[in-house]
Amino acid sequence: MNFNQIVTVYLKELRDALRDRRTLVSMFIVPTLVIPIIILGFGVVTAKIIRKARAETPGVMLLGAKDSPEIRAALAAHPRIRIVPARDDFRTLISNKSLRAAVELPDDFDAALLESRPSTVRLYTYDGEIKSGFATGELDRFFRDYREKAIQARLSERGLPAALVRPYEITRQNVAPPEKVGGNLVGGFIPYVIILLCFTGAMYPAMDLTAGEKERGTLETLLCSPVGRTEIVLGKFLVVLTSALSTVVLAGISAMATFPLGALLFAPEAGPARAVGSAAVAAARSPMPQIDPLGFLASLAMVAPIAVLFAAGLLALSLFAKSYKEAQSYVSPLIVVIILPALSAMLPGVELNLQLSLIPILNVSLVCKELVSGIFHWGHLSLIFASSCVYAAIALALAVRMFNRETVLFRT
Amino acid sequence: MIVAQGLTKSFHDKKRGQIMAVQDVSFTCHPGRIYGLLGANGAGKTTTLRMLATLLKPTHGTATVAGLSVTERPAEVRAQVGFLAASTALYARLTARETLAYFGRLNGLPAAEVAARTQRLADDLEMHEFLDRRVDKFSTGMKQKTSIARTLIHDPAVIIFDEPTLGLDVMAARTILRFVRDCKARGKTVIYSTHIMSEVEKLCDTIGIIHGGRLLAEGSLADLRARYAETDMEEIFIKAIGEKEAA
Ligand SMILES: Nc1ncnc2c1ncn2[C@@H]1O[C@H](COP(=O)(O)OP(=O)(O)O)[C@@H](O)[C@H]1O
Ligand SMILES: [Mg+2]
Repeated sequence: MNFNQIVTVYLKELRDALRDRRTLVSMFIVPTLVIPIIILGFGVVTAKIIRKARAETPGVMLLGAKDSPEIRAALAAHPRIRIVPARDDFRTLISNKSLRAAVELPDDFDAALLESRPSTVRLYTYDGEIKSGFATGELDRFFRDYREKAIQARLSERGLPAALVRPYEITRQNVAPPEKVGGNLVGGFIPYVIILLCFTGAMYPAMDLTAGEKERGTLETLLCSPVGRTEIVLGKFLVVLTSALSTVVLAGISAMATFPLGALLFAPEAGPARAVGSAAVAAARSPMPQIDPLGFLASLAMVAPIAVLFAAGLLALSLFAKSYKEAQSYVSPLIVVIILPALSAMLPGVELNLQLSLIPILNVSLVCKELVSGIFHWGHLSLIFASSCVYAAIALALAVRMFNRETVLFRT
Repeated sequence: MIVAQGLTKSFHDKKRGQIMAVQDVSFTCHPGRIYGLLGANGAGKTTTLRMLATLLKPTHGTATVAGLSVTERPAEVRAQVGFLAASTALYARLTARETLAYFGRLNGLPAAEVAARTQRLADDLEMHEFLDRRVDKFSTGMKQKTSIARTLIHDPAVIIFDEPTLGLDVMAARTILRFVRDCKARGKTVIYSTHIMSEVEKLCDTIGIIHGGRLLAEGSLADLRARYAETDMEEIFIKAIGEKEAA
């Protein structure tokens, strides 16, 4: 093997590629912009939804409580809800979202409270809808507070200490690092975007440097020179790899820059967290992912052998084609093959095990999900890295073999 | 010097099955002379020349180029060969100078040598005006000159032309023909394939008529005229392949 020739081919192909607008776009512009657009776009949309939901004073229907002026007055005085007149079709109104929630009280609610008779407060809500969730949350809190006050009143009437009904307080504290919470949601997503970008970054130059060169007739010119075919394919491979890795690095840098920027722009609004009970809304409270920086860097490193796999595999495949168009028809369906394993890593409950560690791409997507959450399973990591390297080596060997076959180079 | 001995090449094609593109072709080309390979489309010219340039491996037979076996020392053979075909294109996004530098380096020339040769070739071919412009902005004539310079950058002893005038206008074709004669004058071994009768008549010292993958007749223009009792090259060609078909 002649390293001088490999370097000569590499430098020429790199210069050539950098003069091509399509390569520049797929190599630099797309990876730099995609992640900020996705993350900030996601942040803008969720922040907007939340702000709108908060800004609105939700309309809430009060049913019953006909002979209970006191609770009526207390509800009407509550600043964060707006009481609307009772109607029989409240269920329909909530379903079609023209009403956020409804509360049903017995007519003699005030009296029952005074006389210590048990009664029921029934809340009507649209489960999983943010605005309905906010309204119901307000009602829920209001009636808990109201009940608390009633208890306090009864106790002091009888000269009893408050601790009689509250022998102890329960407090709750989150010990999971914030990365873990954010990581599970966004963690599966960011590495998947990076794997996809890595593929598209390798795709264009791979097709251009093989099928494209065949079509333009420059490959034959190159083959006429004394440079060996193995040297040519390695030089070309290194260019495709450069492009793939540059997308990974650029996407990584822009992601790292986007997280703190987004956190700054969409800082969670002050005030107590609202109990809404929907995971989506809980995540939306802080729309920016909290990602373990070291884990994120490690996940980029895990993608590196995948870049080799993509570069070599795409080179081998598109070399087989006679024209750029034909190469596209081979390569485009592959995007689905890449998306599927990467996507299935995002499914909740898909966790890494020994078998999955050996499935290319899926294994890296899964381990990246752990990494961005700050979890380092060294056994998994080394197994996955090693198996990715093996797949990459096989693909590279295949590309070299293809390039040494004249039936592939001179297909008619 | 090129010596081909029993060169044979077969291809496997899904639709057509086994194709004998070249069968048992033997000939010799001498330095300072132009060997013309005359044949219709599909006769096997390109396949023969690609075997000489080591782009394809012969199925049987062998050839030596500048004394080197094409099967045993292909890289060294390519260092001795300049190959110019209608199908050998230039990189569109490189300048003419970068193109010459690239192929010079691939041939193992040091940078200073590449620069000196580029200068000389640009003088000879009047390329200075567009030397630093990108090939995709070139006229056909400029591309032609750049291709010629690319073929010569490593000063090969043997030059192989495969239908180099295909698709060119009269002026561009004349540039090529003048260049082919130049090569001969400088003592290079030249092999030139074409399907155009007048080109071999004007250009070639020895003519080989190839048809169906076989070399059917060979000799100087005078030899062939005498053998077939015709003066017109086209008549000679028809008789040569007709004789074979009749046999
Ligand atoms: N790579 C290939 N695969 C299959 N058949 C081929 C290939 N290259 C050439 N042929 C066939 O071999 C024959 C000779 O082709 P070629 O050498 O290109 O002829 P020419 O250059 O004289 O037109 C033709 O029938 C052609 O179709
Ligand atoms: Mg041909």
